[in-house]
Amino acid sequence: MSGPVQQAVLEARGLGKSFAMRRGTLDLLRGRPGAVLHAVSDVDLVVSAGETLGIVGESGCGKSTLARMLVRLHEPDAGTLRFQGQDALALTGQDRRSYHRRVQMVFQDPYGSLNPRMRVGEALAEALSVHRVVPKTEIAARIATLLDMVHLPKDAAQRYPHEFSGGQRQRIGIARALSVEPAVIIADEPVSALDVSVQAQIVNLFMELQERLGLALVFITHDLRLVRHIAHRTAVMYLGRVVEQGPAQAMFAQPVHPYTQALLGAVPLVDVQHRARTSGQGVAALRGELPSPLDPPPGCPFHPRCPMAVERCRVERPVLKPAASGWPVACHLAPV
Amino acid sequence: MRRLPTPLIAGALIMLALLVCALAPDVVAPYDPIAFDYANLLQPPSGAHWFGTDQFGRDILSRTLAASTIDLQIAAFATLGPLVIGTVIGLLVGYVGGVTDMLFGRLVDLVVTFPFLVLVIAIVAVLGPGLSNMYIAVSIVGWVFYARLLRAEVLVLRQQDFVGACRVMGYGHLRIALRHILPNAARPIIVYWMTDMALAILLGSSLGYLGLGAQPPTAEWGVLIADGKNYFTQAWWITLFPGVALVLAGLGFSLIGDGLADLLDVKR
Repeated sequence: MSGPVQQAVLEARGLGKSFAMRRGTLDLLRGRPGAVLHAVSDVDLVVSAGETLGIVGESGCGKSTLARMLVRLHEPDAGTLRFQGQDALALTGQDRRSYHRRVQMVFQDPYGSLNPRMRVGEALAEALSVHRVVPKTEIAARIATLLDMVHLPKDAAQRYPHEFSGGQRQRIGIARALSVEPAVIIADEPVSALDVSVQAQIVNLFMELQERLGLALVFITHDLRLVRHIAHRTAVMYLGRVVEQGPAQAMFAQPVHPYTQALLGAVPLVDVQHRARTSGQGVAALRGELPSPLDPPPGCPFHPRCPMAVERCRVERPVLKPAASGWPVACHLAPV
Repeated sequence: MRRLPTPLIAGALIMLALLVCALAPDVVAPYDPIAFDYANLLQPPSGAHWFGTDQFGRDILSRTLAASTIDLQIAAFATLGPLVIGTVIGLLVGYVGGVTDMLFGRLVDLVVTFPFLVLVIAIVAVLGPGLSNMYIAVSIVGWVFYARLLRAEVLVLRQQDFVGACRVMGYGHLRIALRHILPNAARPIIVYWMTDMALAILLGSSLGYLGLGAQPPTAEWGVLIADGKNYFTQAWWITLFPGVALVLAGLGFSLIGDGLADLLDVKR
């Protein structure tokens, strides 16, 4: 799969967000500054129509914060965000509302993301009427179309969320996102709460809808197998930063950053022969825990867990720059 | 359609009976509740006077029934103000958070430091005795409990993804607060409201007993109980029957509250 070359729909440059942690009384008395959690730092990403950008990383690497910034649930405190060339962070009032209509989100938790007291039809009708997507008389017909698009039965409109299974609820969430005819969908771990058998159905639904509607899709997950399946391009995040970003197939075939290599090494393989081959190559599995983002290690944030770390990695943080592989990598040891 | 919870049905039946008495006491009651009858002083329960008579010969059954009008009125009016004010403020501070919420927290601390009854009595003492002043006094203090309850619910709901989804949809704050948060946060305050109605009747009766609420000769359960206390050893019926009515009303509200809790419970 190679991504279609097109005009960028959503473009982030240097996006960053940190959260001030609560200071204890003792720290206040001592005049110590409060701790700051840098959830996301200096992230660049671009996604075009009909393209899927996969974002992978372990829990706590800032994926969700990034997703929430893209839909303006969190206001970034650094960087720019452009939608079809327009500054998305400066939008207010009606313009901001139109931005929300064009950039939608599918949430991780299919249980918490639907209002338990609203019938599916009511929720869809609300979105359709607030944004005046279709005239009032056509709302019922549009709801039927939307339900059909996500392969839910027609009578789903009269039912409450608790009457559906996790996978069906996620379809409802997707229908809601689609109702306002967005150009971009940010999917924040949309299948990680679902059974494996259902995961494939939902991922296939995303792919089908993307092809049909030409959606730009940002697919966030910790599951590399999914990204491999769905993404055209992939960004790997570690402690709030992108460490490698490139075309999905090529990058998974020849990962450059030791972290990406380790993540790929951690994917359980059913094929025994293949496993024997890869382990023979000496791909190291990840050691240790993700360091606290409150107190990131100096130098390269990955160096305490990196099997190849050298002295330079302990003192100097590598920046994301084009490597010999043809895509950007943030590693001192990457061949240039 | 799911079955109505049994407590709700039981509570509703009790309340229905009380409402009939409250709305048409003259039709239900056999005697004039304030007519003196010196030929029949302190009569025990009998065929003529089912609940007996008091020290002025007034029919206790008629007085108990007549009192239900005042007491149900107290239940409604003494809780409506706190419910409405508390809902608005609780929703606001829970949704907005920040400094508003902090100021609210201090105010709550200030109010709950004083015992509820003492504060209400103090305010009634300033405004003067009587039912309408009692409603005002209860509203000044009582909204805090509703607001505190709702605030806690809203704080939890505000973090939920479906509220995030509303914001991603670009919905306005008013729409999110009223259409999405409030219906999901309403259950505890509705249940508390029912309990509070029972408490309001008790409060009204306590104030009536202290001479700060309903004024004699108006029949009110607290006033009736207070009337009977001097004759309790000879004429227990003066105190007992209004007391039973009071308990019954309290039970009715509590059952409805229980039933509503079941009915309004939504599966997630």
